[in-house]
Amino acid sequence: MTVEIARHKDRPRTRDYISYLIRGFEELKGDRLRADDPAIVGGLGWFGDRAVLVVGHQKGRTLDEQTVHNFGMARPEGYRKAQRLFTLAERHRLPVLTFVDTPGAYPGVAAEEGGQARAIAETMLKMARLTVPVVATVIGEGGSGGALALAVADRVLMQENATYSVISPEGCAAILWRDAGFAPQAAEALRPTASQLFDLGVIEKVIEEPRGGAHNNPEAAAAKVGEAIRAALAELDQVEPGERRAQRRERFRRLGAWAEPDAGGTVLSAIPDLGP
Amino acid sequence: MSVTVEIERKDSQPARPEWVCPSCKRGARSADVSANLFVCPSCGHHLRVSARERVAQLADRDSFDELWPTVRTLDPLEFVDLEAYPDRVREAQAKTGLDEAIVTGTATIDGSACVLAVMDFGFLGGSMGSVVGEKLWRCAELAAVEGLPLVAVCSSGGARMQEGILSLMQMAKTTCAVDVVNEAGSPFVTILADPCTGGVMASFAALADICIAEPGALLSFSGPRVIAETTREPLPEGFGTAERNLELGHLDAVVPRNELKARVGSYLRLLKGGDSPERRTARRSRDRGKRGLAQAAADRARALAALARRSSLRRGREAAEPAQEAPAREETP
Repeated sequence: MTVEIARHKDRPRTRDYISYLIRGFEELKGDRLRADDPAIVGGLGWFGDRAVLVVGHQKGRTLDEQTVHNFGMARPEGYRKAQRLFTLAERHRLPVLTFVDTPGAYPGVAAEEGGQARAIAETMLKMARLTVPVVATVIGEGGSGGALALAVADRVLMQENATYSVISPEGCAAILWRDAGFAPQAAEALRPTASQLFDLGVIEKVIEEPRGGAHNNPEAAAAKVGEAIRAALAELDQVEPGERRAQRRERFRRLGAWAEPDAGGTVLSAIPDLGP
Repeated sequence: MSVTVEIERKDSQPARPEWVCPSCKRGARSADVSANLFVCPSCGHHLRVSARERVAQLADRDSFDELWPTVRTLDPLEFVDLEAYPDRVREAQAKTGLDEAIVTGTATIDGSACVLAVMDFGFLGGSMGSVVGEKLWRCAELAAVEGLPLVAVCSSGGARMQEGILSLMQMAKTTCAVDVVNEAGSPFVTILADPCTGGVMASFAALADICIAEPGALLSFSGPRVIAETTREPLPEGFGTAERNLELGHLDAVVPRNELKARVGSYLRLLKGGDSPERRTARRSRDRGKRGLAQAAADRARALAALARRSSLRRGREAAEPAQEAPAREETP
């Protein structure tokens, strides 16, 4: 099951990629309302020769770290921190790089009552409105809305062993099979792997990983990620700022598969050919 | 004597009620329940209603024109769980008489024209797949292009898992649709009906200019069961209800069903901005007077222009200069 590599305890995390790819990282904390959520890390730094804003889910590796970072499950404070950092990037014309690595948004009572749903929705809307280039990279688990909140981007890249899905295999199995034991079947059915998502047109690029997974050689893995982000930014630099927002909207508009038999007999579908 | 009493009791015992409220367990006649907009006449419990029924309750009589009714989902993942996805869709279609979990069109609500999108929880739990996303996008675009408000009734268990990642992407797509509506300055109102959770709650449903809910509706991102299982936290009394959400500042109002139409109508009139309907009527009659004056002024201007043209032509001839351009310039305004 691919999920195992995506969830591997030694898999490089957002902070690892920051340390390999970003020089002079200045972490910026807090949502400016009430708290700082360690499940989302953000700050400014140099990517190559340009200043960028980086925002990503942070999972942690040791049990202590994982507890501090709540296993990468953000609360509304985390999403509001991301929003205010996106505003900062827009104001100062800085490209935005996000790293996605979360089982999902935290499903707690306080998070719910603190406005989890709206926090996610507003973070997406904030990303949709940016005119600076936005590149998202899925580096581990892309778990549902909590992941997507940081991935309304111009380009979505994904490491080959990362997963990105509407629901965890366990959750899906519990609902549709009425038995979480069917998680492997659900994982198969959900098609959450990078190559499957590429075929569905949901991501622009699959980033190669060292043999056996990124954890076997984090530095080499990071180099590949850096290369892919650089290429994506170079493409986006060719586009006018206002046009970037329109193109980003168009990118998400075409995602989906539907048919309209009565509309002049034409069948519309965003996916040209799914193959056999 | 005791026999008589028994017979009397048997006779006076009401027949088994046609309908029993799932909340207060009291009975009622079906006709009374539907006449009461499917709200329990005894306790006010709001039952879930179909999209068709909702349209009938909300839109002014005969004002609803359905759009895009035949947009249908495909099976992009060839998804099979205990049942194949296309079979589940066919069953939902047969059960609801709808092609998908959302009905869209144009209507007037309490006299205000709008684009109306209504979700149907009876269709696969009102789940949002590619079709819900696409139809909502079209509604947003229509609202933006025509300068109409968008009103959406949201009732959904969340994303449609059987469409995998593409269902998740509808959260981003509908969020971008909200951006389209906002950019055009079209008002956007959502009515949250029981239950509104998951991907719909965490996308367009939460992003409206005005966001109201029906009494007792469950509104949350994660469902209560998931929260209880994941965190083992005890759920507080009334967790996730519309009333609790209002208290916490997540809603503009909790509005009983029989007041929805008037309230939404009021919001639409207010968001249109400018003068109140009374003042607009007064101004219209004043404008009619003004139009008369304006007409007279325009006639006078035309007469003067004609006069000027003739005199300039004459002057042109007298000066023996070509004067074709001058009249043309004078005509432009």
